[in-house]
Amino acid sequence: YEPGSAESLLSYWSELMMDGEAEGSVSADSGRKRRVHGMLKLYYGLNEEGKAPEQPESLDPCDINGPHFDPELYLNKLRRECSLAELMDQETCMVKQIRSLDSDMQTLVYENYNKFISATDTIRKMKNDFKKMEDEMDCLSTNMAAITEFSARISGTLQDQHVQITKLSGVHTLLRKLQFLFELPARLNKCLELQAYAQAVSSHRRARCVLQQYSHLPSFKGIQDDCHAIMDKLAQELRQKFRDGGSSAKDLSECVELLLQLDEPAEELCDKFLSHARSRLESDLQGLEAEISALPSPSSKTDILEFIDRGCNEFVSSLCLVITSYQELFINHMANGKLHTFVDDLATRYFSLVERRIQEEKGVGDNSLLVRALDRFHRRLQAVAKLLPGSAVPNQGTEIVIRAAMERVKQYLTALQSFYMDSLTDVRQALATPRLSVANAPNSLPELLSSLSASILNQIKSVLASVHLFTAKDITFSNKPYFKGEFCSQGVRESLVVSFIKFVCQSSRQFCESAGDKGGSTPPALLLLLSRLCLDYETSTISYILTLTDEQFLVQHHSPVTPVTTLCAEAREAAQKLLNHYVKVQGLIISQMLRKSVETRDWVNTIEPRNVRAVMKRVVEDTTSIDVQVGLLYEEGVRKAHSSDSSKRTFSVYSSSRQQARYAASYTPSAPMDTNLLSNIHKLFSERIDIFSSVEFNKVSVMTGIIKISLKTFLECVRLRTFGRYGLQQIQVDCHYLQMYLWRFVSDENLVHFLLDEIVGSSAHRCLDPAPMEQSVIEVICERG
Amino acid sequence: NRLKMEDDAPVIYGLEFQARALTAQTAETDAIRFLVGTQSLKFDNQIHIIDFDDENNIINKNVLLHQAGEIWHIGASPADKAVLTTCYNKTSDSRVVSCAAVWRMPSDWDTGNHESPDDSAHNPQTLELLCHLDDSAHGNAACVLWEPMGDGKRVISLADNHALLWDLQESSTQATVSSTATLEGKGQLKFTSGKWSPHHNCSQLATANDTAIRGWDLRTMSQIYCIENAHGQLVRDLDFNPNRQYYLASCGDDCKVKFWDVRNVQEPVKTLEEHSHWVWSVRYNHSHDQLVLTASSDSRLILSNMVSISSEPFGHLVDDDELSEGEDNHQDDKSKEPLKDSVVSTYEEHEDSVYAAEWSSADPWLFASLSYDGRLVINRVPRALKYRILL
Repeated sequence: YEPGSAESLLSYWSELMMDGEAEGSVSADSGRKRRVHGMLKLYYGLNEEGKAPEQPESLDPCDINGPHFDPELYLNKLRRECSLAELMDQETCMVKQIRSLDSDMQTLVYENYNKFISATDTIRKMKNDFKKMEDEMDCLSTNMAAITEFSARISGTLQDQHVQITKLSGVHTLLRKLQFLFELPARLNKCLELQAYAQAVSSHRRARCVLQQYSHLPSFKGIQDDCHAIMDKLAQELRQKFRDGGSSAKDLSECVELLLQLDEPAEELCDKFLSHARSRLESDLQGLEAEISALPSPSSKTDILEFIDRGCNEFVSSLCLVITSYQELFINHMANGKLHTFVDDLATRYFSLVERRIQEEKGVGDNSLLVRALDRFHRRLQAVAKLLPGSAVPNQGTEIVIRAAMERVKQYLTALQSFYMDSLTDVRQALATPRLSVANAPNSLPELLSSLSASILNQIKSVLASVHLFTAKDITFSNKPYFKGEFCSQGVRESLVVSFIKFVCQSSRQFCESAGDKGGSTPPALLLLLSRLCLDYETSTISYILTLTDEQFLVQHHSPVTPVTTLCAEAREAAQKLLNHYVKVQGLIISQMLRKSVETRDWVNTIEPRNVRAVMKRVVEDTTSIDVQVGLLYEEGVRKAHSSDSSKRTFSVYSSSRQQARYAASYTPSAPMDTNLLSNIHKLFSERIDIFSSVEFNKVSVMTGIIKISLKTFLECVRLRTFGRYGLQQIQVDCHYLQMYLWRFVSDENLVHFLLDEIVGSSAHRCLDPAPMEQSVIEVICERG
Repeated sequence: NRLKMEDDAPVIYGLEFQARALTAQTAETDAIRFLVGTQSLKFDNQIHIIDFDDENNIINKNVLLHQAGEIWHIGASPADKAVLTTCYNKTSDSRVVSCAAVWRMPSDWDTGNHESPDDSAHNPQTLELLCHLDDSAHGNAACVLWEPMGDGKRVISLADNHALLWDLQESSTQATVSSTATLEGKGQLKFTSGKWSPHHNCSQLATANDTAIRGWDLRTMSQIYCIENAHGQLVRDLDFNPNRQYYLASCGDDCKVKFWDVRNVQEPVKTLEEHSHWVWSVRYNHSHDQLVLTASSDSRLILSNMVSISSEPFGHLVDDDELSEGEDNHQDDKSKEPLKDSVVSTYEEHEDSVYAAEWSSADPWLFASLSYDGRLVINRVPRALKYRILL
């Protein structure tokens, strides 16, 4: 037996089976089948991938499954190498294998037999069908040959006529072209008549080249000449129309376009175009200018919004139109330089008009109108920016808006200032008038203060609201960096709010300086009120206003701004100055009474005192009313504890201990001494009283200041006079009376004691016959008075 | 460093009586000497002649009796050391009258002083009356002014609303009114003080009445300018800048010291507000007019350095060769920018109102001040400032 041939047969069957059958119907025992398949593959030298193996599995002729198996060699080898038992085993094994292979083969044959039969049938049937098809194809081919023959015959017949038709069609076209040419002059004339210039130009353009080409033929030459004549006329007419310039900008640009097509020189046309545009824009400008010039008569006054509207609608939109037309017409011929100068030139004039008009806006009543006008002005210029990139015009426009805004801020500052001054005038009047009705006079001072303060604050708020319009979101220019930054910080905060606060402080100081010397063109009550106002500003109002401003305007400070503390310090200084001045003025009024009363009397030859002099009562009355006045605006303040008998304090003519100590010191020297030590000792014991010194912000301090000034004047005046006995006694009475009433007003009653002691002591020194009055008598006189 | 050297302490002298009248002995240019007149209604009044010994820092005094009455004003002759004028109050028959007179000190007023100091105190000599400057037609004398740098033959007295120009003859024993000027206007006008200008050949006078300052031409005795409301209140004193002919200082009850250019009287050139009460006296230093002394009833004396309106606004001009030694190079820079006005010093040695302050006629760096309680204080310009002005 030959295993090789068996294998080969198996493989054949297997192959056939695969072809004849739809794949996958091999079902039974797939495991075994795969093995069989594997073996068959092996037999054909195919590896797993279905390729021929690079090198055969084995060239060993002893490999029973190898392709080079040599049964002789194998047997010999076995016989040589193996024992008998082994040979026996080998034989049994081999027999077993052969048997299994035989059974496998039988199974396969059996399994595939039917399929093999049906495949044979199918092939036989296909053979029959192909035979029929072949016959039909032969028939078709014969028919096609007949058709081709017929077709060739027809073509040959029709050939001549086709050539003729093509020729005729060409002639027709040519004739139509010729007709167009011959009719061209008439058509052009007609167009000219109907002023359909565009049509004429396009017709002419179509014919121009042909006419040019055939101009050597007389007939065409004639046509060409005619056309030229007509076109010249047309050009003439266009030029005329262009020159007149009366037509609209659209017509004008159409005109220019046609002329350009007629090969007019672009440069010249461009100049002309611009000059026409200029004259039209200038007439717009003149219209605007006329409106400004008409302004002085208020009846015909148009508001700024109308003015800007007119400017935008007439001038700016015309300008935009010119820019567009120019760019459409000339952009291929010319650079934009000419246009830029043209636009800049006219825009400059327009801007100067707008600025003039803006300057006329002085009323600060309604800011929204101006802001809206500026917004429109600015917005419309953006169109120019889009049409003409790189133009300086929009920036100039923005600058105008910025200037207008700055100007506006200045105007608001002026308005605030004058409002403040007017308010002060009102307060002054209010202070002057209710003197008649004493009943409500004292109450009015705090009320005046609060109403003044409130009205100023309201005014500031309303101004801030007005200025705020400049930064509103819907305003185009509010996004510019200037309006986001500098306008808010330098403009609104510094130039407006801070300047106003500074103005308030400065004007207050002026009340102290200008009126000061003459002693009261400013009523003292106003000084007091203003000092309280400034003090309130220092404590709260300034920081409130500035916080309000910062919040409203979201101020981001890029450049340094005035800090709140500086302003507060300034306000406090103003308040201090005003209050000091108030003390000075009131002190002076009382001083004046005392001075006159001392200077005008003959103190040597006076009668024995029976009464307190009227002027002293007046001094006490006035002091009391000042006390009430100050109490309305300032807190009480602290005073030293009173001794129990303040009003009844006795003071003798020479009682001043300080004076005695002083004279004691003075009497001793008259000879060189250790002056340094002496002066130091003196300094230790003397407590200097500053008369015109700064006061604190409370009632007691103010009153102390006024009384100090008054009594010191009294003292100095007494020292300039000479007294008789009764003169001295009168001073004693007067001083006691003052003592009874004045101590309660001051912070330290010892001050009053000391000054009154000095007065009585000095008058005793200046007395020719110093015989003081009994203390009890003095008391009786004073209590009676 | 010499600039840092401590200043000399002030020297104090006490009088027994209250006093307002103080003057330097104008004709004396060697010794530092001041004259003080007392005010007493009960005792004989005195003239204290105060000599200051600069070397030993001590005071020598001599007392002369002025029995005519309490002294309100005193003036020393510019020509004769021994001659002086006083304005004084005389009380008779319950009437107080202000008079003025020219006096001569006894020739031997200072003899014996050094031998027995107590002697002069116990038996003071008396002033010799040369002549009265009284004219029954013209009321109370406020002050008497000597012709500055004159020959001691001409004085002006201010009495109520009259300015009287006197000629002194026969060794000042005879006085005749050569011309008068009268202040006219509403109410009772009264001169409070005045100053004879050292400029324009001594032909001008400035007076103060109430709040106004007036200038007079002595040749015609007519008003040449008027500063109405020069001060808010009474004008107390005047002084002429010794080096700038149109500059005038004034002070008053508004606590201010004002400096005027009389060619433009609308506004003061400068105003000082350092005192806290009335300013009674203002005095330019005779040599260095930037130094101004003011005395006030706030018991203070203030020395100000008014460089900007002085005759040396840029300080002392230093020659280049002086600087070439390289002593202080930075001083060169300083001297080129205008110096700032400032208060040099505030003197607080007084305890009562200071009514008078005077520069010494012998030492330009020394001055005296007098307070009502009779305390006379002698002070010096701080050395630092002195050297800055000099160098």
